[in-house]
Amino acid sequence: MTTDIRVAAAEAQAARPDAVQPPQRPTPAGPRGRARARRRAGTVLTWIALCLLGIVFVYPFVWLVSASFKPRSQVFDNRLIPETFTFDNYVQVWQEAPLALWLLNTAIVTVLAAVTVTISSAMVAWGFAYFRFRGRGFLFGLVLATMMLPGAVTMIPTFLIWNALGQVGTLTPLWAGNLFGSAFYIFLLRQFFLGLPRDLFEAARIDGASQWGVFWRIALPLTGPALAVVLVFEVQAVWTDLMKALIYLRDSDTFTIPRGLKSLVDAYGFGGEWHWEIIVTASVITTVPLIIVFFLAQKRIIDGVASTGLKG
Amino acid sequence: MSTATRPGTSSDPEPARTPADAPTGVAPAGDARRRGRRRAARRNILSALLFLSPWIVGFLVFTAWPMIYSAYLSLTDYDVINNPEFVGIENYVEMASDDKLLLALGNTAFFTLLQVPLYVVVSLGLALLLDRAGRASGFFRTVFFLPKMTPPVAIGILFLLLFNGQNGLINTVLGWFGIDGPSWTTDPTWVKPGLVFMSLWTVGASVIILLAALRNVPKELYESAQLDGAGFWRQSFSVTLPMISPALFFIIVVNTIAGLQTFDEAYTAFFGAGNTTYSNDAALFYVIYLFQQAFQFLNMGYASAMAWLLFLVIMAVTAVQLIVSRRLVYYEGDR
Repeated sequence: MTTDIRVAAAEAQAARPDAVQPPQRPTPAGPRGRARARRRAGTVLTWIALCLLGIVFVYPFVWLVSASFKPRSQVFDNRLIPETFTFDNYVQVWQEAPLALWLLNTAIVTVLAAVTVTISSAMVAWGFAYFRFRGRGFLFGLVLATMMLPGAVTMIPTFLIWNALGQVGTLTPLWAGNLFGSAFYIFLLRQFFLGLPRDLFEAARIDGASQWGVFWRIALPLTGPALAVVLVFEVQAVWTDLMKALIYLRDSDTFTIPRGLKSLVDAYGFGGEWHWEIIVTASVITTVPLIIVFFLAQKRIIDGVASTGLKG
Repeated sequence: MSTATRPGTSSDPEPARTPADAPTGVAPAGDARRRGRRRAARRNILSALLFLSPWIVGFLVFTAWPMIYSAYLSLTDYDVINNPEFVGIENYVEMASDDKLLLALGNTAFFTLLQVPLYVVVSLGLALLLDRAGRASGFFRTVFFLPKMTPPVAIGILFLLLFNGQNGLINTVLGWFGIDGPSWTTDPTWVKPGLVFMSLWTVGASVIILLAALRNVPKELYESAQLDGAGFWRQSFSVTLPMISPALFFIIVVNTIAGLQTFDEAYTAFFGAGNTTYSNDAALFYVIYLFQQAFQFLNMGYASAMAWLLFLVIMAVTAVQLIVSRRLVYYEGDR
């Protein structure tokens, strides 16, 4: 509270530099009241701006959901409440496209990718955080350097590897690369491991725990929040990934949700039959699972982004 | 510090060792304890390697080898079916006269140069608003972040719908203010600006990073600045801006790299099977063209050369940004 008063006084003084006042004397009520009124006006303006911007950010979702309940002729009418409310689009999209299969494929890939990348990255991060050996700095520098490498450089040879293994057309290439950890998560988890008290692990070693035991039974359980961040980031990344699906998936039955959605755009969009109500409805079905994940893990995600800086 | 680095105690005649020379074990004086220590160090390295093994294997198979092979492929003609045929630097020479490639480079540069500054301004504006919002900031932070969870394919679709020239929502709203909006999705002049505006919808992550940076500025700095008579603008430029400059720099670098590789939204909206009648050269970004060369025309050699050019461009741009940042970014505890 005292700082409040001081700030108000300072503001009042800044507003009237000509009014020389000895600091001991209490500031007259006039300017102070005016400053407070100005601050209140500022707060109100902030609120109005935030509410308007909030609407701008949420409205595309609302538009999409609303359009998914409109018949074909009204999809573009920009009405908030559908003039003719229909559930047909959902029935139709389910019949036209193997959405259930796509959702299942995506769920399989997402779970496998997220779990494997979390465990493997944690292992590697632990290797860098706990052990001291010659060349550690160099190796870790190499890990960081791979983050700079654009995916385009390794994309073609990686495709050739999976092609040689006969895995093109299957879901394997979409997640199996995660068995080997991911540079960004290794970096993130290493930071977290370094923050844990080392004495704890030394004590466990003296008590006869194996190296793996120290990692698996002591370090990992303490890393829960950071692991959750990695898991959720990866779920988001894999669920929305289009490029890998475009490269590796050929048959509609193996499509993931983004690839499937893209095929619907090709079939029913401007280049196709102009059935936008189907595309819109499929978009809603695609997006909803991630929104649910977001609300379940909201605090983790936002804290994770704030402390680490998710890309883009 | 580990046992290997502990300096010799007074009763221990061995010289202080640095970790670098520890395993080489100079002059073994038959000291059993030291030999045991060396064995422990070796076991230590073995366990470390065991933990690092996933990354080491992954690095060799999915980074190192692909880099080498991609460099080799860039010097060949390769269509996956026949063996690579060595052609020297022909692919690189060809790039210089490939109109589509130059167009894609230009498009990508235009998009990135327009997107990154807008991204920074918008995310900073939103973060400043949130910083003054008090208790409501948590709620609005969530609202601003939510679009980040939308799949890029869906964002590409939303772009086609909301920015539709005739009856899209954007032009309808512009119409309220008497502005006759352009055909964002077909007019080559407006396709890239439209994609940039759409991409601003996902600034949420940057907003959160900047908000965290703003909250980390010590309050004492503002108080002493006020006592020194600094007004709002002076405080913004002399306190806030330097203190959040590392976060701003991070956002600029990350978004530049991402902008140069933009793919999903534009590809969804304008390219793909059965979509050829609608494809728009104004949205042909570099990675889209690279993808087409590699996986549609099966020019794997040419696409590999393109990938290396992209890598060089990204390295060069990032290096310039790093050099400029030395003068402009203030790191606390640096001086």
